[in-house]
Amino acid sequence: MDALIHQFFNLDIMARALPLVLAGLRQTVLLCLIVIPLGLVGGLIFALASLSSSRTVRWGMVAAIDFFRAVPPLVLLIFVYSGLPFAGIRLSPLAAVALAFFLNTSSYYGEIYRAGIESVGRGQWDAARSTGLSALNTLGYVVLPQAIRNVLPDLVSNTVEVVKLTSIASVVALPELLYSADMARSITFNASPIVLAAAIYLVMLWPVVRLISRMERRIAS
Amino acid sequence: MFDNHSGLWPNIIAQYLPSILKGIVTTIEIALAVVVTGLALGLALAVVRSFQFKPLNALIVVFVDMFRALPPLVIVLLVYFGLPNVGLSIPSFAVLWLVLSLVLAAFAEEIFWAGILSVPKGQWEAARSTGLTFIRTLGYIVLPQAVRLTVPPLTNRTVAITKNTALGTVIGVPEILNQATTAQSFSANATPLMMGALAYIILFIPVVALGRFLETRFAWRRS
Repeated sequence: MDALIHQFFNLDIMARALPLVLAGLRQTVLLCLIVIPLGLVGGLIFALASLSSSRTVRWGMVAAIDFFRAVPPLVLLIFVYSGLPFAGIRLSPLAAVALAFFLNTSSYYGEIYRAGIESVGRGQWDAARSTGLSALNTLGYVVLPQAIRNVLPDLVSNTVEVVKLTSIASVVALPELLYSADMARSITFNASPIVLAAAIYLVMLWPVVRLISRMERRIAS
Repeated sequence: MFDNHSGLWPNIIAQYLPSILKGIVTTIEIALAVVVTGLALGLALAVVRSFQFKPLNALIVVFVDMFRALPPLVIVLLVYFGLPNVGLSIPSFAVLWLVLSLVLAAFAEEIFWAGILSVPKGQWEAARSTGLTFIRTLGYIVLPQAVRLTVPPLTNRTVAITKNTALGTVIGVPEILNQATTAQSFSANATPLMMGALAYIILFIPVVALGRFLETRFAWRRS
């Protein structure tokens, strides 16, 4: 038991690792502020393209979305970071993470938006257009507000997944929360810094996870 | 485009195909093990939860929330690097299997539980009033209906979590990504990485497409 506490909940080591881990947390927050908006906007574009009236665009987009949902994000990231240099494209860790995350998360967000848009009746669209609203205004003022409300739990839940996913940026040496904690672990030969990082993830995400459960239950009833 | 001095594509493909294939076998083995244990544990937890034993339910909710809120890679590193120091040495593939199973179980419990809740109370009452026991009502009346509802979200979630077998490369599990990056660094060529990516696409596109099919089928039924 003492060994367990010493190894996983060593407050002394946690205190020493804290500055490094907090610096990592700052990077993680920064990363989230980049990749979440990118995914939200990219997802909307993916969704609109997959609902396009042109069959070629529609099928092309569905194929692209399924492609990026079939490739593990870590594979995509390593491909972008250490595969593309062979083609003469060398990206910084941050740019590689941004690009890989854009492709991956836009596909997931895109599917959610698409389900939301499809859940809004066709009649809404026709009625709005017949009152003289342009296609863009119809989308922005009539369809999207309802669509997003219908799929809000899924959007939030996917955002939690994106925040969790930023931990794989550690593999390409981007000094985010997990990377910093793992560095502290390898210096101290003690797992407590990773427990500290896990605690930080829990503090950030547990309330959101609770919220999602609540939202899902409300919609189900 | 991806060619360089160290060799031509066909040579490199032929040279590293065996190790990529070995990686595919490892990935499939771990993925199947994760799916079986994860879904079974998730269903078991949902069934236990339906008995409404308060202290046990609180524990299940804490377990589920924790594994939904923590990044899988954090748990993998914690288990892999932490446990040997307290005298528990687990091989890396077992760490990956264990962690992903627990993560899948957490998400699956939540989905199964939502399915059980979605079965109208009248079904419970009607079944119980015909003299069926609680367990039989659950097994013969509620679960068959609940599980049907959970198929599309469960498929998508299961695919998303089994794809995480790629995280095993960080702790040296010789799965596809690990074989591909090793081959890439030996050959100084991106071809093995392309092969690895292709292997994932061949493995997972059918399941992703199945998830899409199930989703549209259910959406169609609802309307």
